[in-house]
Amino acid sequence: MIRKSLLCLPGLFWAGQADADWAMNMPRGVTELSAETYGLHMMVLWVCVAIGILVFGVMIFSLIKHRKSAGAVAATFSHSTTAEIIWTVVPIIILLVMVIPAAETMIKMEDARDPDISIVITGYQWKWHYKYQDEGIDFYSSLARTSLEARSKGADVDPYDVDNYLLEVDNPLVVPKGAKVRLLITSSDVIHAWWVIDLAIKKDAVPGIVNETWFRADQTGTFRGQCAELCGKDHGYMPIVVEVVEEDAYQTWVASHH
Amino acid sequence: MTTAVAGAHEVHDDHGPEKGYRRWLFATNHKDIGTMYLVFSLSMFFIGGTMALVIRSELAIPGLQFVHPEFFNSMTTLHALIMVFGAVMPAFVGLANWMIPLQIGAPDMALPRMNNWSFWILPVAFSMLLSTLFLPGGAPASGWTMYPPLVLQTGDAFPFLIFSIHLMGLSSIMGAINIIVTIINMRAPHMTLIKMPMFVWTWLITAYLLIAVMPVLAGAVTMLLTDQFFGTSFFLAAGGGDPVMFQHIFWFFGHPEVYIMILPAFGIVSEIIPTFSRKPLFGHDSMVYAAASIAFLSFIVWAHHMFTVGMPLSGQMFFMFATMLIAIPTGVKIFNWIATMWRGAMTFETPMLFSLAFVFLFTIGGFSGLMLAIVPADIQYHDTYFVVAHFHYVLVPGSVFAIMAAAYYWLPKWTGHMYNERLAKLHFWLSTIFVNLTFFPMHFLGLAGMPRRIPDYATQFADFNTMASIGAAGFGLSQLIFVYILLTRKKGPRTTAEVWENPQGLEWTVPSPAPHHTFEVPPHVGSKDGFE
Amino acid sequence: MSDEREEMISNKALTVRLLAMALGSFAFGLLVLPPMYEVFCEITGFGGRTNATAAQVIEAPDESREIRIEFLTNVNEYAPWEFVADVDSMVVNPGRMYFATFTARNLTADNKIAQAVPSVTPLTASKYFKKIECFCFTRQEFAANEERAMPLQFIVDPDLPDFVDTITLQYTFFDTVRVSKNAQTK
Repeated sequence: MIRKSLLCLPGLFWAGQADADWAMNMPRGVTELSAETYGLHMMVLWVCVAIGILVFGVMIFSLIKHRKSAGAVAATFSHSTTAEIIWTVVPIIILLVMVIPAAETMIKMEDARDPDISIVITGYQWKWHYKYQDEGIDFYSSLARTSLEARSKGADVDPYDVDNYLLEVDNPLVVPKGAKVRLLITSSDVIHAWWVIDLAIKKDAVPGIVNETWFRADQTGTFRGQCAELCGKDHGYMPIVVEVVEEDAYQTWVASHH
Repeated sequence: MTTAVAGAHEVHDDHGPEKGYRRWLFATNHKDIGTMYLVFSLSMFFIGGTMALVIRSELAIPGLQFVHPEFFNSMTTLHALIMVFGAVMPAFVGLANWMIPLQIGAPDMALPRMNNWSFWILPVAFSMLLSTLFLPGGAPASGWTMYPPLVLQTGDAFPFLIFSIHLMGLSSIMGAINIIVTIINMRAPHMTLIKMPMFVWTWLITAYLLIAVMPVLAGAVTMLLTDQFFGTSFFLAAGGGDPVMFQHIFWFFGHPEVYIMILPAFGIVSEIIPTFSRKPLFGHDSMVYAAASIAFLSFIVWAHHMFTVGMPLSGQMFFMFATMLIAIPTGVKIFNWIATMWRGAMTFETPMLFSLAFVFLFTIGGFSGLMLAIVPADIQYHDTYFVVAHFHYVLVPGSVFAIMAAAYYWLPKWTGHMYNERLAKLHFWLSTIFVNLTFFPMHFLGLAGMPRRIPDYATQFADFNTMASIGAAGFGLSQLIFVYILLTRKKGPRTTAEVWENPQGLEWTVPSPAPHHTFEVPPHVGSKDGFE
Repeated sequence: MSDEREEMISNKALTVRLLAMALGSFAFGLLVLPPMYEVFCEITGFGGRTNATAAQVIEAPDESREIRIEFLTNVNEYAPWEFVADVDSMVVNPGRMYFATFTARNLTADNKIAQAVPSVTPLTASKYFKKIECFCFTRQEFAANEERAMPLQFIVDPDLPDFVDTITLQYTFFDTVRVSKNAQTK
């Protein structure tokens, strides 16, 4: 009797395939810390896969071999202190090994010193507000009109005809490649959360509280995220778009937005 | 084998149970109350399940086809509240009511009238909660987690939400008190705590957890109520309060709560696997210690639900370590179940099938739980479908499968007839296939970036969502087979007292169906009864 | 018969004890956890809150060290105020008192009351940022259309950990009317 096998499991090994439609794994992202995060995720995943193969392998073997219908006769043993010690101590060791790289990454994530740019992000029901502290730029960022037209119940527009449906905004956040960008995140009403998966940043926006985090993007590109804390009826309709551009393109953008 | 045939004589009742509605409304008999809890739980399972189908129908393809976003949020909120407080917990309490007195050789629960109130509060609480669907402004829509300030934007439904949670909590607390007093005081002579069956042990631990944490939930929602109506500012920053404090208090309740929902399942599986392996439970004492360790550790991990809230590094480190630690006693239990099977002589009747699927699939849920404990990785998983996949694996092929295993295992004892094994196996296989089809793809959705609690999504998430919706429909329909089996429960052949091959436990020493009153004379518990 | 009565008594005693445990847990959740949380936040500074009443300090400037203080302002739920920091940031020495001012204006023709709520990041720095005088200690009453300066006097404790070189202080202005229900309008 074969247990249903996890045919999907091999798919988990592929990271960020070209075809986003069947994406099965976390992307590696475009920062050093997003790559470390991805690495930690894969490490714990592989550990679980290895333990799973071992444990389920033993279990499946037993299910086949130790069947009454195959003539098995039940043994009578019911305890083994040695076994209990082994399968308590070995998992503890495995956990201790995993914790060390995790702690190292966590320490780096907390270090928001010496930023090149500081941006204050304020969550609203249901949009974001961005304010560049030193450049004197601020604006709201809301779901793009193309998505708005397709989102309502029974809308005429097919979501598949909309580019980046539900992940496009009118005014994206623009930052230069290679700059350390510090984010100061708060909310003006209920709790929201700012999340961009390719930057491995997710931080709650809490009214009355300022939360700090940072990233440094090593590649240019357009990176999309969503609000990650239930904030009311349009929680699913307040996306985030970050455009990482070359330094001179950034300066041009800043100049045009003053 | 126990020699005393206790309970075969109806010592006092010549008249049998009451007739008509009075038997149920005024029930004090643990079997009747257990039955009512189980019927109630099954009804709630279908109501919560219907809400899940509303959710999955809307999420089947991109675009908004059926419901408005605010109603969708009400569906996710009510689905969770109903499944947690209306289906899973009452099912375990129902099983406790039926089986604990039988397993310890007691004539009934310690406090039969309180037992009645514990049950009847529930239909009142849930009618109140469900009635909010018809209020202007609709049902609560802030998630079952009820975070402020959002929850304070709930309209007229707000006091109903708070009051129904108070009632559910009261029911659980009274039930837990009853269970503890019964287990402590009413065991048959010579049934020491060590000799108690695992289901009784895990329920003893669960009941203490319930008494410790359900009142904390009551405190938290009371503070929400006073913030809304009586001018306090526990969670309102304007008045010097802190919305994050709610999260701490809620999850201080919430994390032990999820162990409350799994420990009885561990107990059930710990009884069924030995029976169908024809071999004693491996490491019985270690299983008890592991369950107690899990219960203890469950109090110190709560903030792993809050890693993105803005937590100092030291807090993140502590909660990460503590959360990973819970994997140890949990792993011990899984290894012990497999060691029980090892070199046994297994047969695969339906209770065993559900128990084996539990071991396999709960372990997968445990793996995703371990992944969630790693803080940097959790930054990417938090509030995505990866979390949804995790908790549905531990709750559905976890808790729910254990409840079904228990139902099949003990149904012949309750009814006196063997259920339809062929149909039951069909129920099992369809449930298992569809539960995996529903929830496994959600791991991928979360990893690829789909957030939770959204009624519509970017088109790259469509394929796995469609798969999950098909799985959900299949799973829901498959449960109708279970209902049919229950409706035809008396059509099969009569069973003996033992029902299965040489099962351990006092419940198998009374006739099937178990008489209305059992163990009015305490049974003799000797060393030959298979208790270690 | 007497066995039954003994069991009854011990049932009752145990029930009472368990009920007391449940009530105790309720009292714990309602009456102990919130103050415990407050105390923990205050002692560790992990809530980012800073002191809620005036701090008593003695100046002992550490001129070898410079800390950048940034000021952020926010108005909650579109409340009808303009609220800005007069300077976005300043460089300070730990151990010396400094002043900073903010300007707030009531945009309505009614009298209004506001409460400013401070929040500091990084969390490890917040208990070292001590306010001697702050408009956030009390509710602020504004007459119609009134604009006024809101003063802050503060000092950074020289024990501030070495790895902190920037402290960000955000004030959020809250209208003291309750959070509006049904903010979900189409």
